[in-house]
Amino acid sequence: METILAILAGALVTAGLWLMLSGNLLRFLFGLMLLSNAVNLAIFAAGRLTEGRPPLLEPGGARPVGELANALPQALLLTAIVIGFGLFAFALALTIRAYRSFGHLEVDRMRLAEPEEPRGEA
Amino acid sequence: MSWILALPILTPFIGAGACLFLRNRKGVGWISVLTALASLGLAVRLLATVIDHGVIAGQVSGWPAPFGITLVADYLSAAMVLITAIIGLATALWAMAEIGPTSARLGWFTLFQTLLGGVTGAFLTGDLFNLYVWFEVLLISSFGLLAIGGSRSATDGAVKYVTLNLIATALFLCAAGLTYGATGTLNMADLHGKVAAHPDQGLMTVIAILFMLAFGMKAAVFPLFFWLPASYHTPHYAVSALFAGLLTKVGVYALIRVFTLIFTGDQGWTHEILLWCACLTMVTGVLGAAAQSDFRKILSFHIVSQIGYMVLGLALMTPLALVGAVFYLLHHIIVKANLFLVAGVSRRLTGGSDLAQIGGLYRAAPFLAVLFLIPAFSLAGFPPLSGFWAKYLLVRAALEEGAWLVAGIALMVGLLTIYSMTKIWAGAFWKPHPGGYEPVLAQLSPRARVLMLTPMAVLAAMTVLIGVMPEPFVTFATTAAQQLLEPDAYIRIVLGARP
Repeated sequence: METILAILAGALVTAGLWLMLSGNLLRFLFGLMLLSNAVNLAIFAAGRLTEGRPPLLEPGGARPVGELANALPQALLLTAIVIGFGLFAFALALTIRAYRSFGHLEVDRMRLAEPEEPRGEA
Repeated sequence: MSWILALPILTPFIGAGACLFLRNRKGVGWISVLTALASLGLAVRLLATVIDHGVIAGQVSGWPAPFGITLVADYLSAAMVLITAIIGLATALWAMAEIGPTSARLGWFTLFQTLLGGVTGAFLTGDLFNLYVWFEVLLISSFGLLAIGGSRSATDGAVKYVTLNLIATALFLCAAGLTYGATGTLNMADLHGKVAAHPDQGLMTVIAILFMLAFGMKAAVFPLFFWLPASYHTPHYAVSALFAGLLTKVGVYALIRVFTLIFTGDQGWTHEILLWCACLTMVTGVLGAAAQSDFRKILSFHIVSQIGYMVLGLALMTPLALVGAVFYLLHHIIVKANLFLVAGVSRRLTGGSDLAQIGGLYRAAPFLAVLFLIPAFSLAGFPPLSGFWAKYLLVRAALEEGAWLVAGIALMVGLLTIYSMTKIWAGAFWKPHPGGYEPVLAQLSPRARVLMLTPMAVLAAMTVLIGVMPEPFVTFATTAAQQLLEPDAYIRIVLGARP
């Protein structure tokens, strides 16, 4: 299972990187989304996978009996997903604003803050 | 002990909430100033406690370390929290004269306070994943502050800043996750022993490099700095000053913390990389600045070059070098924020920031010229200002190590810094305004004059004070560096701290 997840995470990184290298801002964001999901998968896999052992106690029990899943990586993952979602929403809003003010999403043509010729702020 | 540690983080968020509800009122700026004042008081108390008791730690909601989230303050953390509060108060006052009702309605002051809260949290946490969360808090606030500027070039700058920082964030998260997978803990004090005892040291080095990439991007180290000069000259000047003073330094702080406390196993590899990155950062930053002709762009590139000095101190990893790094960190925050504030006033008086199109400031406002010269010369390392001692400590540390080339680069970069400061002086202050009109200080309302010049004068006075009597500050930095190099007390107190 770990092997499959590791390969999947690698594939996601590859696809994400491919998208990020294209000159379009929206594709870049989709690539970033894939990359952050690959990271989430990697954390999940690195936290050890234990099949069919929920992190629950027996009714009335005070201590875990036998082996059980570690809930912490999943808690980290949830936090990361929520944060990533917020950041992605902001980045999308920013993309819309960029599209409205430039009329395109080609990153190579976004040179307003850094004009080719050294001159003042546009 | 816990409340002393938690209150400096909580206060900005309480203030942010108040600013959010009252964002349509006229006095919202004063709420932000009051919050910053309260933060300053709490930061002073924290530092006093740390000086009295040494390292202090507290456990959030009573979970014992290493399972819960730990808050820790040693000398370095406490000093960084204090300097954050000082810069926070200075910019909060200054911003009252710059931020109009439109930006205030959009929540500028709320984001300002959450940013300060995030930075403080990052300095005080003792947990890697918690550090990630604080990075996110300050990142999302900085995104908002950058975008609120509203101009088209601000949107352009924000796009580059946001995208590149999100990549760094993904790397940081990945590194934290892998660290947990390999060692089973995220508590930094606990990691110190667990990483050193891990059977696969090669794996640890790989993770260390991931952290180096993530924090290096945040700190704007060569070759990962391109987002900084692309964005720092676009937002409101108060935002520029705050970012310039604090944000990259959070990255440097994280680098120092991680590479003195956790990943010290393979210093021949990790710190050697840091050393060359530091030298290249210094050189590219200062050359980039020399090629620019815009007030804020020159200053932005200088942030990059100065980051190199701080990383240099970490890379050499001798006691004296770390003293230099800590001293540099503290002095630089004050100086850099002040220079951006000067740029803001200069823009108000002359109507621009392109050095070819402005001028005449010396005649209009000699006092402003003095306020520029103090931080500018300090940045370049003129005695008797604070920057001289910072550079002196680092260069001496490099010479003691026999690193002649490194010392030579550090000295040469100092010279080139003077070159671009002279350029700003000649362009903005000395030559007459090319537009034919003479800027006068009376263009600022008396209220704006007091609000803007007071914090700048106080920051400049602090620069002079550190320069004239460096003794107590160097002693302080020495203790801070000692705690970094011998983290035994830190670890004992974190792992043994009662909730």
